[in-house]
Amino acid sequence: MSTAAVQFKSDAARLAADLRHRALIHTALSKYEVKRDEMKARFQDWQGARTLAAARKQEAVNHLDQYLEQFVRGLEARGTKVHWAGNAQRARDIIVDIVKARNARLIVKSKAMTAEEIHLNEALEHAGFEVVETDLGEFIIQLRGEAPYHIVFPAMHLLRGEIRQTFAEKLHDAPSDNPEELTMVARRVLRQKYMQADVGITGANFAVAETGMVSVTENEGNARLTAALPRTMITLLGIEKVVPRLADLALFLPMLATVGAGQLISGYNTMYGGPRQPGEADGPEEFHVVLLDNNRTALLADAEQREALHCIRCGACLNVCPIYRNVGGHTYNTTYPGPIGGVITPHLRGLQEWKHLSYASSLCGACAEACPVKIALHHHLLRNRRNSAAARPSFWQKLAFKAFAPVANHRSLWKLVTKGGRLGQRLHPLIKATPLDPARAWTRTRDLPPIARQSFKEWWQTRL
Amino acid sequence: MSDPATSAPGQSGGETTAARQAIFARIREALAVAPSAGHGVGALATSVVEVLPAVGATFAEQVALFSRNAQDLRAEFKQVAGFPELVQELQQLAGEAGWHRLATHAGTLTDAIAPALSLPVLRVDGGVDAAELERCDVGLTECDALVAQTGSVLVTSRSAGGRALSVLPPHHVVLARADQLVAGLPDAFALLEAKYAAGYPSMISFITGPSRTGDIERILVLGAHGPKRLTVLMVGGEN
Repeated sequence: MSTAAVQFKSDAARLAADLRHRALIHTALSKYEVKRDEMKARFQDWQGARTLAAARKQEAVNHLDQYLEQFVRGLEARGTKVHWAGNAQRARDIIVDIVKARNARLIVKSKAMTAEEIHLNEALEHAGFEVVETDLGEFIIQLRGEAPYHIVFPAMHLLRGEIRQTFAEKLHDAPSDNPEELTMVARRVLRQKYMQADVGITGANFAVAETGMVSVTENEGNARLTAALPRTMITLLGIEKVVPRLADLALFLPMLATVGAGQLISGYNTMYGGPRQPGEADGPEEFHVVLLDNNRTALLADAEQREALHCIRCGACLNVCPIYRNVGGHTYNTTYPGPIGGVITPHLRGLQEWKHLSYASSLCGACAEACPVKIALHHHLLRNRRNSAAARPSFWQKLAFKAFAPVANHRSLWKLVTKGGRLGQRLHPLIKATPLDPARAWTRTRDLPPIARQSFKEWWQTRL
Repeated sequence: MSDPATSAPGQSGGETTAARQAIFARIREALAVAPSAGHGVGALATSVVEVLPAVGATFAEQVALFSRNAQDLRAEFKQVAGFPELVQELQQLAGEAGWHRLATHAGTLTDAIAPALSLPVLRVDGGVDAAELERCDVGLTECDALVAQTGSVLVTSRSAGGRALSVLPPHHVVLARADQLVAGLPDAFALLEAKYAAGYPSMISFITGPSRTGDIERILVLGAHGPKRLTVLMVGGEN
């Protein structure tokens, strides 16, 4: 078992039994569910919208080279500098170099999962710069030195009292644990940072090929300020973010908000196509767009699982996943947790090291049903399992299936084994979950339903 | 080295080109294999307009929908008959909220309104001094459109005085003409394409309600970073 798998198993076991944690997640997500369903119902045809959205992303991903070229042409025509990063190290180097060349000291950053993916903050801090997260949730977890708990709600796991304590310790300003007052503390602190920052870094939700623009979705206005005040703006995004046309956003913006946050549309949806243009009042003098591959092309090369690149990072599959809701976001120890993380992490970071995430699923399919771009998530989890078993077969698994195949194929053997099973099940409570129990790993936390006293065939014969 | 004006310091043009070519080579190699069969997305029976939330066909219905959405979002919306009523409305707002200083940009409506308020005015057109703008109580802007379907205000860096004016002051007041109200998001994008096809502004923003956050226990708080208040005043269109 990989180290990541060992860590996952022990954290999952601990958190699944933590009732306080479960109650917290349940409360947060049930509020979301009510709003999400209310907004979905406003659509005239939600299923039709999913089909259209999936088709637009499929078109984009299957012609990624053409759309990326178009995207970059539009940006460059407005004076944007576009950079290409094959991997995380290159992306970090490019951004650190830009910041160094500007003699910058302070960087304000709005929420970007790609920045988490490449561990950008550590690289910038290591190079001697101060980086401040401006999204309230990200700001809180940055103060606490934690990773985001959820890709949309980073501080979902914290109670107001814990946040007040963090503010008291780190900011020496925590009037009460009233959410509004705490938010105003953050507003005051961060406003000062904005006024002093030399560089602003954002992520992007969409890359519009037709017009050469990045589209940034947020509610707080922190990305708007990040893109307005500093002299240099940098946007980091994955190459798969492309949508073909500007008008496609008419579909994607409300869908993202509906399943992502239970809003009809997010507070600010902003498209940036360049630095300050002649005649405009303000805006950065320089705009840099950094396009990140980091093994996305490896996923693109997998014809079966390519559609996982349709993902718009809404978090809907996390919110409905029974595993995520029990083990929580930190247990995964990946940038992208939940079902989508289980599908793509093995491609981005190595199949054998991360295959355990594809087993952290009941295969119920709630994720695929929730996905606004119709990614068949649970099928891809199965494909990862198949691929990992084919690449590195397990001796015990092979042995078990060798034994199972003749039993399942011969009526007499099947009958014998079920008879034995009935007897065994009667004696099993004596050793259940003890070290003597060969199925201990399974039976420790589960009860097997009793095997029926009669098979269907036996029952039928009694009726004749 | 490519043109030093467009090349990033610390990264040679050659290196950029090589990285770009390597990524494109990987993409083209990957796409040489067609996606697996059975990955169709299903029949496309509908258009975007037919799947999005419904919007009434008449102007009155659209005003009512915008108003309802604004209320849900805790934005303020008011339709006024004409220019004198607009001035009156703004004077009342200024008095109630105790505005001391107003920031605005050049525009047909803003140019006419700003002097009538007898307040010190900061104009951002020639460039924004963020510290000065921070001291203003209100940012007064025009817009490109109001979207009934979502209750959004569409602004651009060209129509609304750049980037900071509509997000830095604690109160954003939007002035719109009744003929700027559009039914849905598809109409708003069509309008953008028609208006700016020759050259897009560097920023286009759909603003929906005042700045908000739910990051502490999913409890709604307004004014996380941007304006705590958003007021939309629409002139004309009344029978």
